[in-house]
Amino acid sequence: MNELKVINSEYEKKYGFSDPEVSVFKTKKGLSKDIVSQVSKVKNEPEWMAEQRQKAFAIFEKKEVPKWGGDLSQIDFNKYTYFFSPTDKTAHSWDDVPLDIKKTFDRLGVPEAERKFLGGVGAQYESQTVYHKLREDLAKQGVVFTDMDTALKEHSELVKKFFGTVVPSGDNKFAALNTAVWSGGSFIYVPPNVKVSVPLQAYFRINAKNVGQFERTLIIADKGAEVHYIEGCTAPVYSTDSLHAAVVEVIAMEDAKIRYTTIQNWSSNVYNLVTKRAVAYKNAVVEWVDGNLGSKLTMKYPCVVLKGEGARADILSVAYAGKDQHQDAGGKVIHLASKTSSRIVSKSVSKDGGKSSYRGLVRVEQGLSDVAVSVKCDALLLDDDSRSDTYPSMKISEPSATISHEASVGKIGDEQLFYLMSRGFSESEAMAMIVLGFIAEFTKELPMEYSVELNKLIQLEMEGSLG
Amino acid sequence: MRELQSATRSFRTAVNKMKIEIKNLKVSVNGKNILSDVSLVVNSGEVHALMGPNGSGKSSLAQVLAANPKYKIDGGDIFIDDKSVKSLSPSERAKLGVFLMFQQPVDIQGVSLSKLLFQIAKQKDEKLSFVSFKKSLNESLEMLNLPFDFCERDVNVNLSGGERKRAEMLQLLITKPSFVILDEMDSGLDVDSMQLLAKVFNKLRGPNFSALVITHYSRLLQYIVPDKVHILSNGEIVLSGEKSLATDIEKKGYEALVK
Repeated sequence: MNELKVINSEYEKKYGFSDPEVSVFKTKKGLSKDIVSQVSKVKNEPEWMAEQRQKAFAIFEKKEVPKWGGDLSQIDFNKYTYFFSPTDKTAHSWDDVPLDIKKTFDRLGVPEAERKFLGGVGAQYESQTVYHKLREDLAKQGVVFTDMDTALKEHSELVKKFFGTVVPSGDNKFAALNTAVWSGGSFIYVPPNVKVSVPLQAYFRINAKNVGQFERTLIIADKGAEVHYIEGCTAPVYSTDSLHAAVVEVIAMEDAKIRYTTIQNWSSNVYNLVTKRAVAYKNAVVEWVDGNLGSKLTMKYPCVVLKGEGARADILSVAYAGKDQHQDAGGKVIHLASKTSSRIVSKSVSKDGGKSSYRGLVRVEQGLSDVAVSVKCDALLLDDDSRSDTYPSMKISEPSATISHEASVGKIGDEQLFYLMSRGFSESEAMAMIVLGFIAEFTKELPMEYSVELNKLIQLEMEGSLG
Repeated sequence: MRELQSATRSFRTAVNKMKIEIKNLKVSVNGKNILSDVSLVVNSGEVHALMGPNGSGKSSLAQVLAANPKYKIDGGDIFIDDKSVKSLSPSERAKLGVFLMFQQPVDIQGVSLSKLLFQIAKQKDEKLSFVSFKKSLNESLEMLNLPFDFCERDVNVNLSGGERKRAEMLQLLITKPSFVILDEMDSGLDVDSMQLLAKVFNKLRGPNFSALVITHYSRLLQYIVPDKVHILSNGEIVLSGEKSLATDIEKKGYEALVK
């Protein structure tokens, strides 16, 4: 109990604060056909999208809550507010963002990161993208980085062409929910052969109680294009829960390269149920770098469909489950073409009774040649109360495929702790060092600023537990 | 907790010399008695050798001195400069200047040796810059005939037996302890490596440095010449003497002497 307080108070200070709730428009609690049309109406969107929403809502109503994975039985869909807009426009200068909201993003360090090393930034607050900006030189090269609502107006052809093609509404209950009430999210288009050398970032913040955030992200890298997108998420600490159900669709055309990095650090009252999927065409590379800290329950399995010859998928994920948290995460790769390769590396850390599960799927179709698959999942338990489960599913229909699969579960070693303590480190320092070493394969893939931040977060968690 | 740490720190700066005294120490692991009655005094400036047959409890004594929580002290005490350190944690004892060179050091995945060494060096000087650290690291590496990229590898991961011992010695050099326990430094080492490590060790000897050298074979003691030799058997010190005792063991074997 005491331990939880320490962790929460640290989270509270850094991310867990909240602003007064201000809305220019919000729907009534709960979800209905009418509420879905209200969203369409307030967005003044084209008819095809309004239809998509209604169709998706019908699917959502029909589909059962998944029984596998985490415990979703406590979710009461009637108690959330599905659309909550704190402002009526997206600003392109921080000065035009309402002061309270601007202060929030200041505290989270978003404008500072933008100045220092990002090529573009989006900031979403509840359902609304409150700020969006792309560096001018990138805009001049034809790069589009905007919020999805704006994209639907200004790049309607592209949106209409690709929306829902990678993650159809019928994919799962939460993808249907997202399609019905989506709002905000990022839209990126990188023209052929343009290589965006600086990361583009979006930051998602839930502020109000019992709201749902349903951003929709679509990233298209045209032939030979390259882009690195980063998203971060936090929320205040509340005793009642919130729902985050995003859909992310990523399309890597021939020879394109897309890296998608997530550092999710939701407060421990957020259900985080996200569908992320990419399609990789000939010789394209898609990399998911997926960091999951926080949340009450996360169910997220970034997926790559390797459609073209020579395409490659790389999924690197880290999950940290603390007290009362369940991280059900992993990765999926579907090999549909020859000469494709994939690598999944998953690291999970459980502590103070936290639970982490690796859930993965690799499928290789029959008749393909030169397919290589490597899956490695390692779990680290920091105490006897915590647990880790592994559900790797391999559906390999092609016997010639090269498959390697390693899994390990280890408890933090007393001998390791003693060794480091005998070198003068305190128990929490020693533990942090071991945990950071365990996830180093992940951390080294992050931009420096983020790896420093992640290391600090882990150190804080280790200190918290020892009070 | 913090107060205690700063206390140990001021204690550390106050003393240059260190006297270690083990008094009637009784130790068990998982309920099994390992040491029944061990008494030993190592004065500052002295190097003592602890010898004994396999399973006599030599390595257990090393672990107890470094405060491995697996080992339970059932009786007796350990004193540093006449103060009991029985209740101090491994890190607190390390801060007092105790250093254990592990016989089988564990792997730490994802943590490079240079990072570990830098963090160790920073314990004594928080503001230490990487540049000045690297300077002293290079000196130590040179003493051990090691290239810098040796430090870029993860701590003990995929190191050979000999490399592990050198990595341990490197940590010793960076830590600059007052009292060192060498736990079978010679195990798994070829003669050249043993000579090199012994040479480095001998450079550290002086009035403010003391050590307990644990070994099964007297061979190591040709290179690290001890001031005193003790023989441990069945959890007790059964014989103590001058360095000549080591040669007696070599000639007659443990059994003859212990009887």
